[in-house]
Amino acid sequence: MATYKILIIDDEQGIRDGTRRILQNFRVDYPFMDEQIDFQVLEAGTGAEGIELIDKEQPEILLLDNKLPDIQGVEVLEYVKSKQYDIVVVMITSYASLELAVKATRDGAFDFIPKPFTPQEIRASVENITKQIFLKRMTQTLNSTGKQIRFQFLSVLSHELKAPLNAVDGYLKMMKERQFGNNLEAYEQMIDRSMERIKGMRNLILDLLDLTKIESGKPTQKLQEVDVRKIVQLAIDTIRPYAIQKDVDIYLNNREAVIMNADPGEIEIIMNNLISNAVKYNKTGGRVDVFLQRLPETLTITVSDTGIGMSEEDKNRIFEDFVRIKNQQTRNITGSGLGLAIVRKIVDMYHGSIEVNSVPEQGSSFIISLPVPGK
Amino acid sequence: MKKRILIVDDDMDYLFQMRVKVEQMGFETITAESQAEAEKIILEIKPDLCILDLMMESDDSGFVLSYKIKKRYPDVPIIIATAVTAETGMTFDIRAEESKRWINADLFLDKGIRNDQLHREIKKLLKL
Repeated sequence: MATYKILIIDDEQGIRDGTRRILQNFRVDYPFMDEQIDFQVLEAGTGAEGIELIDKEQPEILLLDNKLPDIQGVEVLEYVKSKQYDIVVVMITSYASLELAVKATRDGAFDFIPKPFTPQEIRASVENITKQIFLKRMTQTLNSTGKQIRFQFLSVLSHELKAPLNAVDGYLKMMKERQFGNNLEAYEQMIDRSMERIKGMRNLILDLLDLTKIESGKPTQKLQEVDVRKIVQLAIDTIRPYAIQKDVDIYLNNREAVIMNADPGEIEIIMNNLISNAVKYNKTGGRVDVFLQRLPETLTITVSDTGIGMSEEDKNRIFEDFVRIKNQQTRNITGSGLGLAIVRKIVDMYHGSIEVNSVPEQGSSFIISLPVPGK
Repeated sequence: MKKRILIVDDDMDYLFQMRVKVEQMGFETITAESQAEAEKIILEIKPDLCILDLMMESDDSGFVLSYKIKKRYPDVPIIIATAVTAETGMTFDIRAEESKRWINADLFLDKGIRNDQLHREIKKLLKL
């Protein structure tokens, strides 16, 4: 349970005691708050005492009488503003004139409670403020973690982009210094490796472009009636040369058109990624099967392979940015580590779901379920 | 007798280039492409020095490997070569007491280090 501090500054002992009693056992909960919030009531009888407590305790909420023995309540309010404290201030006053209200609001008072007040008025005001603070804090947390994720992404990205550059740079230097004398074969290998790294980098950049398209948001989504089967066929045709090299057969198990409202570019990205993965992580002589199933409410896309499969632990990580499963079997397979992250982001945009079934050494199935948009 | 240096890195190109560099300095090398492979090697062979990449199977493979090597061979100096600082701005400092206790690598080097600097650091650690 979280506890917010409420400071009441009022010269009347009766008001302070009353407020304490009212808020003592008061709790605020909100439909999506994980916890209830209760209150610790602090009190001060003068402006000076109040300011001292504000500095010391940094309460969340300040209930402030305007008529204090030493200074005006609005001066306390000004102090809070000048210190840039994150405190929600409620003015309590029996002298609520229009002028005071305007000034106090301009200086950042959040609410007014007329004096004398009923317990209900205090509770309603405090409840309202508490929810506001809670939402504000939640937003701040989300923003800062969002930034954190962004930073992490850029860090890993710069690593992924620099690693191939360093490798190529290293080979070029070795060749320039003729470190292998007249051993032409050694240089040829370095050229091959350099080209391989450049290819990897190019793929990473293509994936990043896909990611940018998705992350720039929905406005670019061009929903239209598409034949998903046709898109799958195109994806298979694109990957076929690579599949032939690896001796993997790809089967599309639908003969008729599968119509759905979707962005053809996005469906293509999903299919390209899933099918190329199914080939990449397959075994020589293996097969890939694509099934489409259009039900009234959903479209299910299943891509199954007879490949190397993955462990239960790996299954939970593969949709994260830049995660690639590294083991003896994958050491010669290149990839940006973004493909499945991209697929997941697109599926999320369609409010769909994606699941993986996998048995090590036997193969994996990726099952995507997309709700069919209503008419 | 030539000193034997174990180099571990999951980037096969970096590993190859590092191997060539270190061999040109006059050392013998053993290489591994993963934490797991390196763990097997150290069961059989005691290297005179290790140069480890940080991020391999997991983000902290280099640390874990360093810990395991030191446990088996407390006297073998370990260099962790990382590109992390140059590329992400994140820094580690093994001089910090808390890190020292468990990471126990002898030196952190940036992957972009020049050959002569690397050579000097290796000689220092091998007390040559």
